[in-house]
Amino acid sequence: MIFISEERKIREDGRKYNELRPIKIEAGVLERADGSAYVEVGGNKIFACVYGPKETYKRRLLRPDKGVISVRYSMAPFSVDSRKKPGPDRRSNEISKITEDALRPALLLEGFPRSMVEVYIEVISAEGGTRCAGVTAAAVALADAGIPMKDIPAGCAAGKMNDEVVLDLSEIEDKNGQADVPLVIMPRTGEITLLQADGNLSQEEFEEAINLAIDGCMQVSELQKEALKARYVLE
Amino acid sequence: MDVTPEIIRDNLTNLVNNNQRVDGRELDEYRDISIETGVIPKAEGSALCTLGGTKVIVGIKPSVGSPFEDTPDVGVLMTNCELVPMADPSFESGPPSPESIELARVVDRGIRESEMVNLKELCIEEGKHVWMLFIDIHVIDNCGNLFDCASLAANAALKTCKLKKATIVDDEVVYVEDETLDVPLNHNVALSTFVKIGDKMILDPSLEEESVLSARLSIGITEEGSICSMQKGGEESISKEDLFFAVNTALNKNEEILANLNTE
Repeated sequence: MIFISEERKIREDGRKYNELRPIKIEAGVLERADGSAYVEVGGNKIFACVYGPKETYKRRLLRPDKGVISVRYSMAPFSVDSRKKPGPDRRSNEISKITEDALRPALLLEGFPRSMVEVYIEVISAEGGTRCAGVTAAAVALADAGIPMKDIPAGCAAGKMNDEVVLDLSEIEDKNGQADVPLVIMPRTGEITLLQADGNLSQEEFEEAINLAIDGCMQVSELQKEALKARYVLE
Repeated sequence: MDVTPEIIRDNLTNLVNNNQRVDGRELDEYRDISIETGVIPKAEGSALCTLGGTKVIVGIKPSVGSPFEDTPDVGVLMTNCELVPMADPSFESGPPSPESIELARVVDRGIRESEMVNLKELCIEEGKHVWMLFIDIHVIDNCGNLFDCASLAANAALKTCKLKKATIVDDEVVYVEDETLDVPLNHNVALSTFVKIGDKMILDPSLEEESVLSARLSIGITEEGSICSMQKGGEESISKEDLFFAVNTALNKNEEILANLNTE
């Protein structure tokens, strides 16, 4: 007799299809920054740093009616398998831009005309899913800096490997996988502020991936709140 | 442009002239040092050095490349530094600033001139294949004295760096699975940085002390006590007495600093 297991296949690192990698979030880790956060997601180690609101020195960004956000995502040369040349490249410029777009809807910058908030995301160790973890870290750092916000965006990816939709792809899974869907939401309303997708997904699989990723974002959101409470709430 | 108020300058200078410092240290006393190695899983060698509030991560990525034409039988050492805006509001992104180049070169000189790494042993096949060690200095938090902190982190990272065993088969480099070698090291080197405030040389300046310095002096000394590198910075001059005093203090303190490398 053949038993067909209801449980789905367990992944290479022993996770279930809907399980995140171990996550650690800490707020207020840098001395010189106005706000900062450190996030570990699996093998990713990411710092986020916030300065401002301060005078806009980038003239082209200046808005007379409200403040603006400027994000720089960058990877340390030793963060990946073969050394990355220091400095921005096309990939990191794109990620900087979509991270700005992912964070901006949550910020209330109307009270800071002609000023800017600077966010620096430094990946010191990368293991798949750095853009989502970067947004997660940046959101905590913004809250730590005391920037007025209506929500704390949280990020998480879903993807497809071995014809199965799974949550939070690791680096190996991403390389061998068939699709990757990074997602950032504002957890209070569930609105999506960052969405990318690459690979092959049917409509059904896509919907499943989105639902899984939203679920993952909600879990990440809880950890973000805990990190901020650990820093600011007195026992 | 940060302006240091005159009142802070006067206060710090008066304190130093009375052999005191803002944080209560002696003039030749280091802040707390701690070193953690193996912090970056993707780097073959890595270390996080904390010196007071200053934090520096150094990661080392080795790769096989061609040697320079004039030195066909020695490995290549490259030290690079990025002063990322995360570490200090005055650091800017973009091409390397003169400060970051100076930091990288001073750390590099300490390693190179002391012959800390036995570069001959990094040769795989003369004239064709040698190991190239990329030492990347990443400043996490700048609370003063990046030089000494980066130098310690680089030394600790080199000590833990693993190279794959490489052999030559048919003119191609082949790595032996599951076999690693340590980077061949001759000895350890520590950098001691002094700044001149008022008429005294003080060791391990904090950020506040760096903002009012008139001159800066970094001295690299090996564990055998030989002086291998030096760098003078700052806008004003130092006297011969200041120089000899600093060298003498650095020699006395060297063992104490290097002890931090052997705590693992």
